Amino acid sequence: MFEAIAFYLFAFLTALMFFITVTTSQALHALTALAAGMIFISAFFFILGADFLGAVQIVVYSGAVMALYAFGMMFFDTTRDVKEKQGNKYIIAGLSIVSAILVVLIFAAPMVTDNITALYPMTEGVGNTQDVGMVLFTKYLVPFEVAAVMLLVAMVAGIVLAGKKMDASLTEMSEAEIEEINTRELS
Amino acid sequence: MEVAYLIETVIKVVVILLIFSALAGIGTYFERKILAFMQRRLGPMNVGPYGLLQVAADGIKLFTKEDIIPSGVVAPIFKIAPVITASTAFMAAAAIPFLPQFEIFGYTVHPIVADINIGILYILGIMGVGLYGPLLGGMASANKFSLLSAARGAAVFISYEVVTGLSILAPIMMVGSLSLIDFNEYQLENGWIVFNLYGVGFIAFILFWIAAFAETGRTPFHLIANDHEIIDGFGTEYSGMRWGLFFIGEYANMFFISFVIPLLFLGGYGDGSILGALALLGKVAFFFFFFLWVRAAWPDVRPDQLMWLCWKVLMPIAVVNILLAAIIMI
Repeated sequence: MFEAIAFYLFAFLTALMFFITVTTSQALHALTALAAGMIFISAFFFILGADFLGAVQIVVYSGAVMALYAFGMMFFDTTRDVKEKQGNKYIIAGLSIVSAILVVLIFAAPMVTDNITALYPMTEGVGNTQDVGMVLFTKYLVPFEVAAVMLLVAMVAGIVLAGKKMDASLTEMSEAEIEEINTRELS
Repeated sequence: MEVAYLIETVIKVVVILLIFSALAGIGTYFERKILAFMQRRLGPMNVGPYGLLQVAADGIKLFTKEDIIPSGVVAPIFKIAPVITASTAFMAAAAIPFLPQFEIFGYTVHPIVADINIGILYILGIMGVGLYGPLLGGMASANKFSLLSAARGAAVFISYEVVTGLSILAPIMMVGSLSLIDFNEYQLENGWIVFNLYGVGFIAFILFWIAAFAETGRTPFHLIANDHEIIDGFGTEYSGMRWGLFFIGEYANMFFISFVIPLLFLGGYGDGSILGALALLGKVAFFFFFFLWVRAAWPDVRPDQLMWLCWKVLMPIAVVNILLAAIIMI
């Protein structure tokens, strides 16, 4: 009974949060609702007994949305409403229809066909963490390693792009040095 | 059985909530007294014997002060930010075994609310979410100093999380489990993790300890609150109990992390006897005292120094430490 209560509570909260994310014109509201929705999703993992995935959901998404906040701080005055440009209405309508069809497909697929079965059912006697590890390092080893390499490439690229003057610190320079840099860049 | 379990859980939750809310208040008294003695002052003296009732006076002041929502702030976010800090601190406590199990009137009590088998990951994740409180409070405040403080909060968050995550990997590899109770059992058989594996455990312990200061936002990483600007950073626009909730969250976090460090590295409650329980409380008291000691002894670092420390010094050490642990264990 408690599981049912928890499920409906968190289902309602998650849907509400993502609805706010999409509809509000306030950057801070949208970001906060997004973070809350992502964290509420972890409740479903906990209800299903997938503790590890639930905790990872919290750790990963709280960090990821934190980066979004940093961008929000740079681009908007987060205490004011953002005026959104209403683009092409046909694109909006088309994307809505496509996503609606996708949602129906996702829900209908297990009912219509019998081809979808769980290939790697839970191993008896081991925890959720070990289960994730086994699947990750057998069936999904190649995608896992490729994802790791891609992240490494992205990190190196980011450092190369951003790290040109990484060792220079404005706080430790004297006024004269800062002036010199400014004049050099302006000329 | 179901009903008994439910009642037991509710009682445990209420007890933990009450004890640690009260401890957060008393913690401020300890902090003032200890800081005062280290700086050759007397600290709170006038209210009650040795100033003990200062806590009550502060509480009355916080509860009865007018709750001001300034114009221009994003009101819903502004109101919810302190609640996030306080509630996530207590949510994290759900997976901490505070004492060994004991019997009372023939009924075995496990002093842990939920023994989920990924305990440590859950605790660190939820504690990380706690930093959303300062971030949201600062961004919603419509105040430049608060916004600066929020930006520093984001910087702290992205710096320390990598170090905490990597530093506990070596102990997790030794134990082979993420549950704090399993950590305790392992250390009962194989000795404290600090002394295990030729110093690997010790390095992990030091790294986690340093990161704990950033996690709780204590000096020398107290840069979220910009003390040197003589304002309270994200808390500048807050008053009354909303500000008090930030405070309760910070102190509860300090107590909980002081429980987690001994449980992870220093043998926890040992064999589960009364002596072991007292030893755990003693270790907790030491780590809490150390937080205050460092605050009296060290200045704050700058945000860029914190990021330099976390990313360029601590993270490489943590990675090498994991490699060493793996090689030795093979």
